[in-house]
Amino acid sequence: MKYIDDFRDPATAKALIERIRRDAGDAPVRLMEVCGTHTVAIARGGIRPLLSGAVTMLSGPGCPVCVTPDGYIDAAIALGRDRGALLASFGDMLRVPGKSSSLEKEKGTGLEVRVVYSPLDAVTLAAATPDREVVFLGVGFETTAPAIGGAIKTAAVRGVRNFSVLSSVRTIPEAMGVLASDPDVRIEGFLCPAHVSVVIGTDAYRPVAETYGIPCVVAGFEPLDILLGISMLLRQKKEGVARVENEYSRVATSSGNRKAQELIRDVFVPCDTGWRGIGVIPGSGLRIADRYAPFDAEKKLGIPVVFAQEKTACRCGDVLKGKILPVDCPLFGKACVPEEPYGPCMVSSEGSCAAYYKYGAL
Amino acid sequence: MCLGVPAKILETGDGAAVVELGGVRREISVMLVDDVSVGEWVIVHAGFAIEKLSEEEAEQTLALFREIAGADESRNR
Amino acid sequence: MHDKILLSHGEGGKRTRDLIAKVIARYFDNPVLSPFFDAGLLGRIEGEIAFTTDGYVVTPPFFPGGDIGRLAVCGTVNDLAVCGAKAVAMSCGLILEEGLSMEILERALAAMRDAAKEAGVTIACGDTKVVERGKGDGIFITTAGVGVSVDGWRPAPSGIRPGDRILLTGTMGDHQVAVLIARRNLAIDAPVLSDVAPLSGLLLPLLPRFAGKVRFMRDPTRGGVGVTLNEMASAANARFVLDEGLLPVRESVRGVCEILGFDPLYLANEGKAVLIVAADAADPIVAALREHPYGREAAIIGEVQEGGSGVRMRTLAGGVRAVDYPVGDQLPRIC
Repeated sequence: MKYIDDFRDPATAKALIERIRRDAGDAPVRLMEVCGTHTVAIARGGIRPLLSGAVTMLSGPGCPVCVTPDGYIDAAIALGRDRGALLASFGDMLRVPGKSSSLEKEKGTGLEVRVVYSPLDAVTLAAATPDREVVFLGVGFETTAPAIGGAIKTAAVRGVRNFSVLSSVRTIPEAMGVLASDPDVRIEGFLCPAHVSVVIGTDAYRPVAETYGIPCVVAGFEPLDILLGISMLLRQKKEGVARVENEYSRVATSSGNRKAQELIRDVFVPCDTGWRGIGVIPGSGLRIADRYAPFDAEKKLGIPVVFAQEKTACRCGDVLKGKILPVDCPLFGKACVPEEPYGPCMVSSEGSCAAYYKYGAL
Repeated sequence: MCLGVPAKILETGDGAAVVELGGVRREISVMLVDDVSVGEWVIVHAGFAIEKLSEEEAEQTLALFREIAGADESRNR
Repeated sequence: MHDKILLSHGEGGKRTRDLIAKVIARYFDNPVLSPFFDAGLLGRIEGEIAFTTDGYVVTPPFFPGGDIGRLAVCGTVNDLAVCGAKAVAMSCGLILEEGLSMEILERALAAMRDAAKEAGVTIACGDTKVVERGKGDGIFITTAGVGVSVDGWRPAPSGIRPGDRILLTGTMGDHQVAVLIARRNLAIDAPVLSDVAPLSGLLLPLLPRFAGKVRFMRDPTRGGVGVTLNEMASAANARFVLDEGLLPVRESVRGVCEILGFDPLYLANEGKAVLIVAADAADPIVAALREHPYGREAAIIGEVQEGGSGVRMRTLAGGVRAVDYPVGDQLPRIC
């Protein structure tokens, strides 16, 4: 397939790995892939072991499923149970544990959840079932925010009044700032997300590169993109510079997608928000703007999302910050496995613990 | 955190387009991109085109890959 | 005859008799199946007997490339075939939901008849029950099959040796993707047909021809090639290593997987088999498979290696990673 297979060529992968090994220093360089899609691509490509000794890839907090607080899941269940809403969700959210249950478990006892591919499909569902409130579980980062916002605007224009969104939208640069300034994390380079960058523009990482002196490279999600991105990070380190570079220039630009940015500004307002395992990060959330309140499920149906940091043996927070590897968590593979996940990083297919567990047990 | 696939525009209409990837077709929204035309490539995420794909930039990256692979081959000769 | 199934069609009275005599018997007309006997009398059967059963529930019941009737015959024929047995006779248990259109029932029966003819199996006995509206999904079918084993061949996972090759008789995921598209709720169009097919004609001739070289066969239905290989690897206590670049996947199935974030390794197939064979017979067996219409895209996809048990994959990037059991079914994802 065009623009996919070209970026999976085995001979080029081999050459890139050799180049990375040549550029590596004596000690492994600590790089972080911020984004969960990178985490999964690295795991599925068996890339981590290929770089061992040269590069240590830490997995960051860029998995929306992992960082969605359990209070969000509890609110979603309450919307279905107590308000009779029909829930529409991306497939990713079904197995995420709330305080005591998950959407999948509740589905078994009558909660109605429809898995959709696009938020627009949820608007279509609402239009087709006018006697039911359809609540879309709007989780994601800047890539998904305009799609969720686009669905809200579409519902407004079409006059679909029985559609609303339970929003848990987050922004990446603020989280990167928290990690960059944490002395325990010690990141020597950020592999920045492909599609978040398409929306916000690669310039968004300049403060991280300039303030903290950490090299940043925006890279695509195919194996060759990832390897070239890592290689570019190593070359920056070798030269002793910290810039923002763009490996994904076929799609991402320095200023990003202005139309998508405008739509986000129209529908959402920045807010402080809680990240599971990390805590509240100021200005890292997007809530639905007051003028779209009729589409805000929390306000419309009076079910707020409550964020509470829980005391637990689960080390997901440290995993999400790259402080420890999944295998260093006392629960990993014992009390916490993909079929009975204890922590969020084991739930999502792109969670770093799940990726380690699934693809890594060699 | 975001799966997105490169797909080719087959038809365009009122804010929507039909795209194709490997023989698979779906209608998507093009409200986030400026006037797409048939034959152009876009990245599709959750039913929306989030940006156009520049064939020229893609070719430059691929040329760099060929260069890296070629250099590797001559090194191993 | 009525145009819909009524509860009384399952109550044993005149309507039941009519349904059997005027509808079902029209499709399953053979000397063994008799409405007057409570069992099919198969006579003397020479050879080792294999016996299997399976239930079929699929939404929608008709999909591009197949339907629940063809599935109900092929699934059971294939369970026997991968154990080295030729299906001789099978049962047909129908559980129908009140209100099911007679036309759907007849289409499913016609498909069963045609698939049974293709596989050379007699539908020798049957049963029909009707459940109240809302207690079924239109039509459920269960089939049990009796087969005769190919002389001298037994599935022998314990005979698997390092160096053996792993073969797949064609592309992965066609069935599940065809059904998914037919459900229409993802609004995706793709020219994908289910691969549902009886495999006895493809697999059984290999066994006498390559005596002792075929160690083990399975049909990778639910959970796909990934789950089937994990089960095989633990049965054999062997380490299977796949090669990502060799896995056959149709372009349009790959397209759907890219869009929805699925892994084709875990998608269901209904007309494929996985074989573990001796290394020196792998190429001739692939050539033999490719001569059959249901084996045109057969390929060697990996090998058995020393050390441990489980499934690994050599990736396109040149790494090795685990191929584990998936948790539940795959769902369309954005991450």
